[in-house]
Amino acid sequence: MLKLERVSKTFHPGTIHEKRALQELELHLAPGEFVTVIGGNGAGKSTLLNAVAGVWPVDSGKILIDSVDVTALPEHKRAAFIGRVFQDPMMGTAPNMQIEENLALAMRRGKKRGLRWGVTKAEREEYHERLKTLGLGLENRMEDKVGLLSGGQRQALTLLMAALQRPKLLLLDEHTAALDPATAGKVLELSDQIVAENQLTALMITHNMRDALTHGNRIIMMHAGRIILDISGEEKKKLTKKDLLDRFAALSGVQEETDEVLLS
Amino acid sequence: MYLGVFIGSLSLANLISRMPAAVAQGFIWGMMALGVYITFRLLDVADLSVDGSFATGGAVTVMLILAGWSAWAALLAAVAVGVVCGLCTGLLHTKLGIPAILAGILTQFALYSINLRIMTKANQTASIKKFGMVWEEGHKGFLLSSLYVPQAILTGLLLTAMLVALLYWYFGTEQGSALRATGANPHMSRAQGINVGNMKLIGLALSNGVVALSGGLMTQFQGTADVNMGRGAIVIGLAAIIIGEVLCDALFTKGANFAVRLCFVALGGIAYYIVMVVILWLRLDPNDLKLFTALIVAVFLAVPYLQGQRRPAVAQARRGGKEG
Ligand SMILES: Nc1ncnc2c1ncn2[C@@H]1O[C@H](COP(=O)(O)OP(=O)(O)OP(=O)(O)O)[C@@H](O)[C@H]1O
Ligand SMILES: [Mg+2]
Repeated sequence: MLKLERVSKTFHPGTIHEKRALQELELHLAPGEFVTVIGGNGAGKSTLLNAVAGVWPVDSGKILIDSVDVTALPEHKRAAFIGRVFQDPMMGTAPNMQIEENLALAMRRGKKRGLRWGVTKAEREEYHERLKTLGLGLENRMEDKVGLLSGGQRQALTLLMAALQRPKLLLLDEHTAALDPATAGKVLELSDQIVAENQLTALMITHNMRDALTHGNRIIMMHAGRIILDISGEEKKKLTKKDLLDRFAALSGVQEETDEVLLS
Repeated sequence: MYLGVFIGSLSLANLISRMPAAVAQGFIWGMMALGVYITFRLLDVADLSVDGSFATGGAVTVMLILAGWSAWAALLAAVAVGVVCGLCTGLLHTKLGIPAILAGILTQFALYSINLRIMTKANQTASIKKFGMVWEEGHKGFLLSSLYVPQAILTGLLLTAMLVALLYWYFGTEQGSALRATGANPHMSRAQGINVGNMKLIGLALSNGVVALSGGLMTQFQGTADVNMGRGAIVIGLAAIIIGEVLCDALFTKGANFAVRLCFVALGGIAYYIVMVVILWLRLDPNDLKLFTALIVAVFLAVPYLQGQRRPAVAQARRGGKEG
């Protein structure tokens, strides 16, 4: 479903701030794979997701989504294939527009936006049903501005928006990091539910190792712009936090025995 | 003592007699404010090209009337040229990476020369006697005029209603919603597949088209166009928007729908111009008008910010969201 071939990205090349954020990175995702991504700060996790989303062009390498070469496509064109939820709950929605207007915007992802009415009656009913599945009561507040919602409600809405037009790929960048633990748990649960219902292929970055182990069916660990560990299937199910820390120390050459490298 | 003499010297009858013309002209400023609203509030861009495109609308209109075009045709041409002005700013901004404010200033600056070229001199006058009103037999040059104030008010009202209806419809469509989303959160818009650059282009073009329309109407109202007629248009537009929004929020405490908000922006244009007429009636120096307008706009733009500072957490969360 997703294929990255020798993808490299360097920020501020040729300056003292030069940062090789992705180094000839290779990654293949099969359809239906739900991959959790872990790694220390600055490992390149967000850069990987941004490269796939097309936030900026990569320096070299190829990116294919469902066998379509998207390397040269700008962000808004790639959006046709990709649903995204960001770390900042403010980022995924338009605060001064209504809940239903936000959903209608998401419904038209990858479609031509013409001069037909922005939200139709039939759609409204569909949104009502979909919002119900979130279990947050948002279905009764469809004309409220999204700016009135809490961070968790917004992340849930953004998740729903990301999956409204079934994406070939769902990208979640620490989308629960800004939420309190209870809300984060709820949003994670919703993420699982939405991925399962729509049989999505997904990449989810998290700093919480327990979440990384208990969610998804494959786990990758990044360090210095590379994938240093990639475990899936039965082996992932048996994986423990201690395994991960040991492997991280061995593979990255970072000797710290604390969780901090991964968890901070 | 002095105050008493001063107040005694003011004639209320004189003020009242000036009101109808003020309202008629207010409608024209109101339409311009609607144009500015598109960029300033919906697209979240301060577009300074409107100072130029207002005069361009006037210049195109006066020259075409002098060339024997009908009032309607001249206005349509003005709108078309205004759209091109907006596209210039938009292309400078989106394709060449020039900050929006600077792109607007460049367009405005260039338009000064272009407006002089269009008019061949600093101002041009078309005689209403010669070209006549659209409703007169054998004449068609003017749609509204300061010589026919009641008709001008009616025309202003009808055109404003049409413009509000058109904008309400457009911003309710898929494309219009995408444009609003672009202004509200460009990050999210791109993630939802919206071509943010194109939306900015469309918004700037639409805005300047509307502003040029109002410039053309002002020229018809006054029978004359001047290269400097658009000076400060952006500030007048902002003043009208702010006055309109304050009135709207005062009357609709539970929030007003989009059509009502648009109406109030147009009303803000009328209110702005009435305030100006009152200031002149008070015999304040007309040269100080721009200073007053700037002060009013500065105060009202500052109020939400200062209010926000009193509630730091809420405001910062909001601001963070906007910038991100
Ligand atoms: N837009 C950018 N401009 C310049 N440098 C960047 C940019 N984005 C990322 N970097 C740099 O690239 C490196 C990788 O950053 P990235 O955001 O991918 O890390 P991460 O793994 O997501 O870390 P974190 O867990 O802290 O979010 C960092 O050194 C970072 O400073
Ligand atoms: Mg990150």
